[in-house]
Amino acid sequence: MRVEVEQPKCVASGQCVLAAPDVFDQDDEGIVEMLTDRPGADRYEDVKEAAALCPAAAIRLVSE
Amino acid sequence: MTSGPPRRVVVVGASAAGLAATETLRRDGYDGALTLVGSEKHLPYDRPPLSKQVLTGQWPVERTALRGPADLDALDVVLRLGVPAAALSAAGRTLTLADGAELAYDGLVVCTGVRPRRLAPSGTAGLHVLRDLEDAVVLRDRLAAGRRLVVVGGGFLGTEVSAAARALGAAVTLVEPSAVLLADALGHQVGAHLAQVHREQGVDLRTATAVAGITAEEGRVTGVRLADGTVLPADDVVTAIGSLPNTEWLRGSGLGVADGVECDEYSAAAPGVYAAGDVARWLNPLFGTRMRIEHRTNAAEQGMAAARNLLHPQESRPFAPIPYFWSDQYDVKIQAYGMLRGSSQAQVVEGDPTDGRFLVAYRSGETLTGVLAIGIPPRTLRRWRTAVADRTAWQDALTMA
Ligand SMILES: Cc1cc2nc3c(=O)[nH]c(=O)nc-3n(C[C@H](O)[C@H](O)[C@H](O)COP(=O)(O)OP(=O)(O)OC[C@H]3O[C@@H](n4cnc5c(N)ncnc54)[C@H](O)[C@@H]3O)c2cc1C
Ligand code: SF4
Repeated sequence: MRVEVEQPKCVASGQCVLAAPDVFDQDDEGIVEMLTDRPGADRYEDVKEAAALCPAAAIRLVSE
Repeated sequence: MTSGPPRRVVVVGASAAGLAATETLRRDGYDGALTLVGSEKHLPYDRPPLSKQVLTGQWPVERTALRGPADLDALDVVLRLGVPAAALSAAGRTLTLADGAELAYDGLVVCTGVRPRRLAPSGTAGLHVLRDLEDAVVLRDRLAAGRRLVVVGGGFLGTEVSAAARALGAAVTLVEPSAVLLADALGHQVGAHLAQVHREQGVDLRTATAVAGITAEEGRVTGVRLADGTVLPADDVVTAIGSLPNTEWLRGSGLGVADGVECDEYSAAAPGVYAAGDVARWLNPLFGTRMRIEHRTNAAEQGMAAARNLLHPQESRPFAPIPYFWSDQYDVKIQAYGMLRGSSQAQVVEGDPTDGRFLVAYRSGETLTGVLAIGIPPRTLRRWRTAVADRTAWQDALTMA
């Protein structure tokens, strides 16, 4: 599974970092940054949680 | 009475909270029948961009969609859009829609949100509220350089609309009945700072000004009449004076309704019935208070929590979030955690309002209950979120900076 973020949509809420701190980070303006776009399977649940909580719908999970 | 896991779940309200509940049910393995009922004809879309990117024309409306059609298809959910729920019998576990359809359920999540309070009945051209996509599009198409806009109400919505209208070059007058903008919600100092920002951006800010009514001619708005008799001429008027929970359809349902659907700490309103988002008033155990929160992140968090408690009642978990909101006005980003309204003191603990970057801590009694940041990096803010979650003593919080 691959994770995509749409930075122009990000509202810098930090919900993703709270849910999966090893996958997402924020820059100084608060905009989401990926630490990895291919998290391990054991991280899927947290990443799904982050995507569901993101108030900007800026995170997508792409299965491949 | 039904026992065992639910096989028919209905979610009412197809927006942020309702979508979060629907997705969580499937994600947590619910494989029974699932229906999402929404009074709007649109697929779930997001409201925060309406007063920002949509109003300024930066985003086409399609961009507010919360999910693509394929994502919704994958949920295997029956969508009943464009038809409001009209009545509920909590005892009989049936929901009646406005088109007469009856839906029997064994699990229900109420996510019907709020609607704007109005100063005058709708129907006058040029008199706007802003809640739905249609509202935003109509207003967007009216705002332009040289147009005169009066905004009534200096809360978050009113200030964001003012900022968006200024960005488009419109002449903006913002009328706020209380002495300081946003002071009720954020405290005097933050309110005064934001008032200054709006003035610098050219907003004609009238605080401590009571509105007597709207003036109109031939069915079109002409201005706003103030209590002292002055009339502010306007091509368009936006009223942003608060909201009312959409609970009328629950009259006689057996659910407790008083400024929102009354819920316990699990977001439960009755056996098998939960509520989430702007419409839900529940007991937040973290603060020991009943609250109803109109923030975007709360809608998702509570929709998720309600769905989980509905699905696994034996493992019910109290919904005890730290409220979070943001607001964007001009290039100012406001972010806050916790409970700010009703606090006994607000104090600047980092930075300096005069250079536009600062952090304010709020207390209730001897406990830190909230923080608000303007122009502060989110990493710094996260520390403070933890401090609010830990119910840090005020004296200790003051040494954190
Ligand atoms: C213009 C605007 C800007 C905002 N900006 C921010 C922001 O910057 N930051 C922030 O934190 N929050 C912001 N918010 C608040 C945020 O959008 C809300 O908290 C969030 O939308 C709440 O989601 P909800 O699903 O609970 O309710 P809603 O989004 O109100 O959805 C409720 C849905 O239920 C439907 N409905 C109502 N009655 C019925 C019925 N009887 N049957 C079926 N369906 C029904 C409604 O049509 C609606 O679609 C903003 C809100 C607005 C309007
Ligand atoms: S949760 Fe969404 S909006 Fe918030 S920082 Fe992450 S990507 Fe951005």
